[in-house]
Amino acid sequence: MISFSPTEEQQMIVSMTKQFANDEMRKIYRECDENEEIPTSVIDTAWKMGLTSSSIPEDYGGSGGEHSAITGSLIGEELAWGDLSMTMHILCPALFAYPVLEMGTDMQKKKYLPLFCNEQYKAATAALIEPYFGFDPYSLSTTARPDGNGYVLNGEKCYVPLAAEADLFLVYAAENGSSKAFIVEKGTNGLEVGEREKNMGIKALATYELSLKNCRIPKENRLGSENGCDFSRIMNCSRVALSAMATGVAKAAFEYSRDYAKDRVAFGDPIASRQAIAFMLAEIAIEIDATRLMTWEAAWRLDRKEDATKEASLVRAYADDMVMMATDRAVQILGGHGYVREHPAELWLRNGRGFVTFDGMAIV
Amino acid sequence: MIDFEPTPEQKEAVKVAHEFARELFRPVSRYYDEQEHESPQELIDKTWGERNKGTLALGLDVTASLRIEELCWGDAGLFLCVPGPGLGGAAIFASGTKEQLQRFLGSFNEGEPKWGAMAMTEPGCGSDTSAITATATRDGDEWVLNGEKIFVTWGKRAAENPGGLVVVWATVDKSAGRAGMKSFVVPAKTSGMRVEKLEKKLGIRASDTATLIFDNCRIPFENILGSAEVKKVDKSQTKGFKGAMATFDATRPIVAAMAIGVGRAALDFVKETLEKEGITIQYGIPKQKLTALERDVIEMEANFKAAKLLTLRALWMMSQFQPNNLEASMAKAKAGLAVTKITQKAVEIMGPLGYSRKYLLEKWMRDAKINDIFEGTGQINMLIVARRVLDYSRDQLK
Repeated sequence: MISFSPTEEQQMIVSMTKQFANDEMRKIYRECDENEEIPTSVIDTAWKMGLTSSSIPEDYGGSGGEHSAITGSLIGEELAWGDLSMTMHILCPALFAYPVLEMGTDMQKKKYLPLFCNEQYKAATAALIEPYFGFDPYSLSTTARPDGNGYVLNGEKCYVPLAAEADLFLVYAAENGSSKAFIVEKGTNGLEVGEREKNMGIKALATYELSLKNCRIPKENRLGSENGCDFSRIMNCSRVALSAMATGVAKAAFEYSRDYAKDRVAFGDPIASRQAIAFMLAEIAIEIDATRLMTWEAAWRLDRKEDATKEASLVRAYADDMVMMATDRAVQILGGHGYVREHPAELWLRNGRGFVTFDGMAIV
Repeated sequence: MIDFEPTPEQKEAVKVAHEFARELFRPVSRYYDEQEHESPQELIDKTWGERNKGTLALGLDVTASLRIEELCWGDAGLFLCVPGPGLGGAAIFASGTKEQLQRFLGSFNEGEPKWGAMAMTEPGCGSDTSAITATATRDGDEWVLNGEKIFVTWGKRAAENPGGLVVVWATVDKSAGRAGMKSFVVPAKTSGMRVEKLEKKLGIRASDTATLIFDNCRIPFENILGSAEVKKVDKSQTKGFKGAMATFDATRPIVAAMAIGVGRAALDFVKETLEKEGITIQYGIPKQKLTALERDVIEMEANFKAAKLLTLRALWMMSQFQPNNLEASMAKAKAGLAVTKITQKAVEIMGPLGYSRKYLLEKWMRDAKINDIFEGTGQINMLIVARRVLDYSRDQLK
């Protein structure tokens, strides 16, 4: 039955996440952006909330909750409202854990999933994006060549979050032209983590270039073994996660610019009392809600194990535009104040533009 | 639980409505567009028959939204000919007493086809409904109505077919402003109410849009909706006006659902035409690899989906008895504009096929535009959204 109300359990998770975002992330996000660093303490606090381990089955040490894309979307939005860099850092291990959970063999699950159920944050990541114009996840330049009892990986990756500290990498590569995922452990010969990248936004998130030079991995490290993985589903889970986070960033920008507009007086009245400003805010509010509902619908399809390519692609494209519009207008509404780093609007604009680039950097 | 799966009953409702749209609406769509103001009698009789069976019942819920989308996929102008209590009924639901509901709507579905209209707009006031000049004067056990109402959707059918009704907004005390504004139920064929003219329009030409004149039109005292008392408590918080606004919370998502039906008709036409040409829209490919055409279609589809989900939410809230003033206006503003743009873009993409009256696409573009105008223009709805999100009164944000 068509319904727009989250379950009680989801509402509890939302309120817990919201509180964390407000009490922890919002206190330090500017500092993190300026220093290009996130304190370990905040990551550890978030990890203890069990956002990743809660959907890992008890057999592997998790709490055995349902793995739901809708719940993931709700969490993604709330966290991203707090701060996008921290959100991506906190949820980074899921880039590895969730594909293994959904598509790994029993062996792979048994070997890797328990690592994500400890008290201590487990850095793991995924490498999808490649540093070329015209990058297409379905037509990767990185290759995986079967060779004897294993695969040989070759290629260049970029925007790999936490590559320097990660023990586990899920590397996406073309095998006979189709994109598949391969598990590469830290220290494998030929796996080289490059310099930390310098980006326009998400500055507090450490991302790296990664190169694979004749990097040999055993046969059983192909995600899903002989069956391989459902790459489209992974992409759709990523699109949904990014759309949810874009909604959160837009909501942050909306709330801040709304409050500013009510406070800022020009020509005797708050600028929010002028339609030129008020209508911008109204449009942002409408588009945020629309994006959220579209995200939920795509997530709902994922939860039903149906093909969500259409819904997920549509909402991703919509969300990319929406978050740009919302964050740009937030800066515009604040005027000169929006341009200075004393206010967060410019930070959200820089982060907002990134969503078009962030393929595979978040997952539900 | 967040869920987007219609119930089996809703799926059946969609199927039935779609059949009607395809078999009863589409074949005569062009004819009644060209023959403006000619009554589609067969369609009226058939839909009236169905109405009594409940298969086309239009409540204020998700099912109604789904049904309306299908029927307007068929033809929005013809949809506005389907008999029923309509906007007049919505006004009575929103602010009438139980006794009034029973008296005016209790046997509405019996006998011959009937319509219920709402008369609010005047030559001198549209969106600013508080500026209404029509008057209602008490005379013993009666109200005497005087004034001119324009743009009354299905006004002629409601005023002239026995058993129908027109809900008229008039002031009982001009000096009281909004507080003096009340609504009155005028039964069809009441003397003193007459149809002055029918508008010739850009689109939805099958639907009659009437000017109604009230010239010493007498109705029973108990036909006033809500209290007759004029309470000048607070200029912005008055019950008569609130009644009108509560009506809009119900009718705006309905108009949004209409828009969505028209938008889908245009989108379906574009996609079917492209398919015949061997062009299929692929989803999930990177932006830089999309053609301009694919970008356009994807943008249309995304906006369509955005509008549809906002509309379903507004009606779902209504069915849950949750206040939906903000969400109703969001849906209306988004759907009205999105579908206006979608149909205009569709005509552009289809080129000579889009512009030709040989096909229905150009008609849908003309039909779509009304959804960004009636039940509050896009701008009025944006204003309402803005006031709500800013928590501003009408005096703080004009």
